[in-house]
Amino acid sequence: MFKQLSGKIGGVSAFLFCLLIANPILVLASEHAAATAAAPAMPADDRAWWMWPIILLVVTFVMGILAVLGGVGGGVLFVPIISGFFPFHLDFVRGAGLLVALSGALAAGPGLLKANLASLRLAIPVALIASTMAIVGAMVGLALPTNIVQISLGAVILGICALMLTAKKSTIPDVKKADNLSSALRIVGVYTDQGETINWKIHRTIPGLFTFIIIGFMAGMFGLGAGWANVPVLNLMMGAPLKISVATSKFLLSITDTSAAWIYLNKGCVIPMMVVPSLIGIMLGSFVGVRLLKIAKPTFIRWMVIGILAFAGVKALTKGLGISLF
Amino acid sequence: MAKQPNITASATEEQVLYANLLNKGMGVGLVLLFVTFGLYVFGILEPVIPLDEIASYWRQNAHDYLVQMNKDYLHWDHLPLGWAWAMLLTKGDFLNFLPIAILSGVTIMCYGAIVPGLFRRGDKAYAIMAIAEVVILSAAASGFLAVGH
Repeated sequence: MFKQLSGKIGGVSAFLFCLLIANPILVLASEHAAATAAAPAMPADDRAWWMWPIILLVVTFVMGILAVLGGVGGGVLFVPIISGFFPFHLDFVRGAGLLVALSGALAAGPGLLKANLASLRLAIPVALIASTMAIVGAMVGLALPTNIVQISLGAVILGICALMLTAKKSTIPDVKKADNLSSALRIVGVYTDQGETINWKIHRTIPGLFTFIIIGFMAGMFGLGAGWANVPVLNLMMGAPLKISVATSKFLLSITDTSAAWIYLNKGCVIPMMVVPSLIGIMLGSFVGVRLLKIAKPTFIRWMVIGILAFAGVKALTKGLGISLF
Repeated sequence: MAKQPNITASATEEQVLYANLLNKGMGVGLVLLFVTFGLYVFGILEPVIPLDEIASYWRQNAHDYLVQMNKDYLHWDHLPLGWAWAMLLTKGDFLNFLPIAILSGVTIMCYGAIVPGLFRRGDKAYAIMAIAEVVILSAAASGFLAVGH
């Protein structure tokens, strides 16, 4: 049974990759030296340098699995958990979070576009607004004091938990008539689902586009992926079918997060030793998560993810307020 | 009003073009990222901040991190903001910025690629929106918004 499980989750490939990252242990463990003469002002970390990328790799691997099974993006898990429980400053966590979410979107985007599940016609006007506001959000977020951002992040994460608990989904919303703007822009589409051809159109385009102002701003400010907000707006507010909403949201992240990522990159908020192991971990975890989806119980996982996020949200709040609860 | 595209269950020409370019750009970026990260962690290319010192830097905010790094290792007249990383590509840590920039820039390339087709089909509204997106993303990438020069 264990062999079957290993086979199913692609354990061999994950294990081999962990070995690749762990290899520096063998090369450098014997060369671990004391701090150099030009010691930095910050206190030296006593742990071997390679511990952190390995810990990040393992944690983000698990995150990647949970994200797929829980139906959330990797970004919404990454920033609160890593900023709450790791010693990295929030600036770098947000930069890494955006790049992690971006990479996931870049990996998924081509397939979703070719399958006509992600709609370019729906995404282009939305992305224009969201990406512009993501730039503004990133600049504001990097200008604000860290504790203010931390408190705001905690509040947002707890809000996301509430949204995940209460938001409904509509597989194929009942859109009686496309509104004038979506008609003018021809934001319509056709897709096939289990042999059935489904024509779709949207409504409430202007209120939806206005909502993406807020979504884009928050994505840039907190380094979150924004998928948690994109899907309800596209699906419940604008009336796009759920599959189209999820796919288009995933594709949208590749545009929204690109704009904010450049701000963080140009401001020096990217440390490769954090970004690369996180990116690899999330992608490997997502790969495994997709395979586990057939045998896992998504409802239980979703409750677990909500619990983890709530814990991380409270941690972020208390960290920002300078309270040490746990 | 946009010229009426043929609405079918198949992806449009622009979608397929965008998807193919996105796939290629993402593939190049990811492969390069593995290579550059390997060069970095295996010590093949010397980094600006030694591997066993990096953990001492990431607890502070980005500005203080850059100030400290400049003071300890770079000794430049200015902080390494914007595209300054391009001058440090011979260093193991900063070489990783190259594939990160590729992954961050591939979307700009994809948008640019679909513009001619949109104009050809008379889909002016979407062509203009695509051009606007290229401008916005390029402005973000340029460093001007983040650094101001």
